[in-house]
Amino acid sequence: MIGRDLLGIEDLDRDEIERILDTAGHMCEIGTRDVKKVPTLRGRTIINLFFEASTRTRASFEIAGKRLSADVINFSPSSSSLKKAESILDTAKTLDAMDPDAVVVRHGVAGVPRRIADVLDAPVINAGDGAHEHPTQALLDCFTVRQVKGRIDGLTVTIVGDILHSRVARSNIHVFRKLGAEVRVAAPPTMIPADIEPTFGVKAFTSLRESLEGTDVVMALRIQNERLEGAFFPSVREYSATFGSDRAKLQYAKEDAIVMHPGPINRGVELSHDLADHRPSVILDQVRNGVALRMAVLYLFAGRPRAAAVAGGTG
Amino acid sequence: MTGSPTQSSEAPTRAADAAPGAVPGTAVGSDGAAARVLLDDAGIRRSLVRIAHEIVERTGEPELLYLVAIPNGGIPLARRLANDLREIADLVVPVGVLDTTLYRDDLLTTGERPALRRTEMPSAVDDHIVVLVDDVVKTGRTIRAAMDALMDFGRPRAVQVVGLIDRGHRELPIKIDYVGKNLPTHPGEEVHLREVADGGGALEIIVTAAPGAAAPPSGGEGEP
Repeated sequence: MIGRDLLGIEDLDRDEIERILDTAGHMCEIGTRDVKKVPTLRGRTIINLFFEASTRTRASFEIAGKRLSADVINFSPSSSSLKKAESILDTAKTLDAMDPDAVVVRHGVAGVPRRIADVLDAPVINAGDGAHEHPTQALLDCFTVRQVKGRIDGLTVTIVGDILHSRVARSNIHVFRKLGAEVRVAAPPTMIPADIEPTFGVKAFTSLRESLEGTDVVMALRIQNERLEGAFFPSVREYSATFGSDRAKLQYAKEDAIVMHPGPINRGVELSHDLADHRPSVILDQVRNGVALRMAVLYLFAGRPRAAAVAGGTG
Repeated sequence: MTGSPTQSSEAPTRAADAAPGAVPGTAVGSDGAAARVLLDDAGIRRSLVRIAHEIVERTGEPELLYLVAIPNGGIPLARRLANDLREIADLVVPVGVLDTTLYRDDLLTTGERPALRRTEMPSAVDDHIVVLVDDVVKTGRTIRAAMDALMDFGRPRAVQVVGLIDRGHRELPIKIDYVGKNLPTHPGEEVHLREVADGGGALEIIVTAAPGAAAPPSGGEGEP
């Protein structure tokens, strides 16, 4: 039922998403044990191939792999020596010759994980590609909401911030819509793709207050200064005043609304300090669930038997 | 096995569950395959009471007992066993649930990953006498996986095994300490515990021909 690679939420159907979330639910229990390790992927190798800087996602995948007893190798080619697609594929093929059981890929350019998957035998898991998708982040966000709210169906989720450049937004729009939530986006008009409503089936708002009315989940996105070339808003202070979330603005959302952020937070910009650190913020739940969710993804996707192994196995 | 009912003597209690015109002792499983009842609710009850007595007799310090169910079949059995131990010997025994899936030895040789089931261990197992409870024991591989999983939760003083049905066909040197019923079966058949539909929590052990198995000679509905 589940395909070989995990490249984007767009490729998954509802059953597959729910299977990943259910598996993650069971993986959470392992994180509560004294011995946080199971032998499932013993003797298997997972390569973290990160062309783009990442601390949190890489660490999360590394812990997830190690809790399943896999050997996890971090490979971070300096981006300067790898600007051409040609050499990216060469790098990937070299790694493939080392017989990994999964390759976790992050790259600044959309579509690179798919190109790598085309040439590799090993399953490829997308850990973020340009402004395209970041499927494990969206799955862990969805998992966290389901954990707190008990359901996804019928909820209203409002994603606030740089929708245009955000792979987190894109993957989250897919995952929440596929599970039956209403998704809204709110941002300055310069940061919302023009065709987003028909293309993604979301409602776009340029007023934070309007977007929050009746909302169950407020998801603030990071202002990614490194991706912003050109003026998308007059100043950070102005952005913070109009689209930054704080307790006063949260009054417009439902009384039991929760606040999420994929991290790292620009404190005082997307979220006020008090909101970042306390309920209804579930930001640390997101981080904790990230490990369990990635364990589920590695369990379901990594370690496919080679053709010879299948022939020799007796089941 | 004195006191155990034969497989067809209690058939009328399952009449509502059986297909029209089905021979006694035959029910139709949810998957549509013919399912034969090997042990009905009363038989399961009797076996568990006897096993509870045996556990109390053989355990020097029964206050150290800790039941650990292997899902899914072991869960209702462990619950009943804990009740029996309370009635027989006034023991309050913790009941845990331990999924063995992530410890299986065949996980990566099959294509699709099996679904995980819940694990809930209410307290530490250190220095307890752990009794693993499973519905059906065949190859012994699940018990092996359960022992490995158990060791990740601490160091029990001893580990024992309850198997309601022992099918034989052992592939590992695993001994069952408390057997409900020895039932030689065809290796291609599937034997498992299930809740009787609308039976108010009544349980039964059924046997079905394995899907995809090349029509085992004992698989037909007309089998005695």
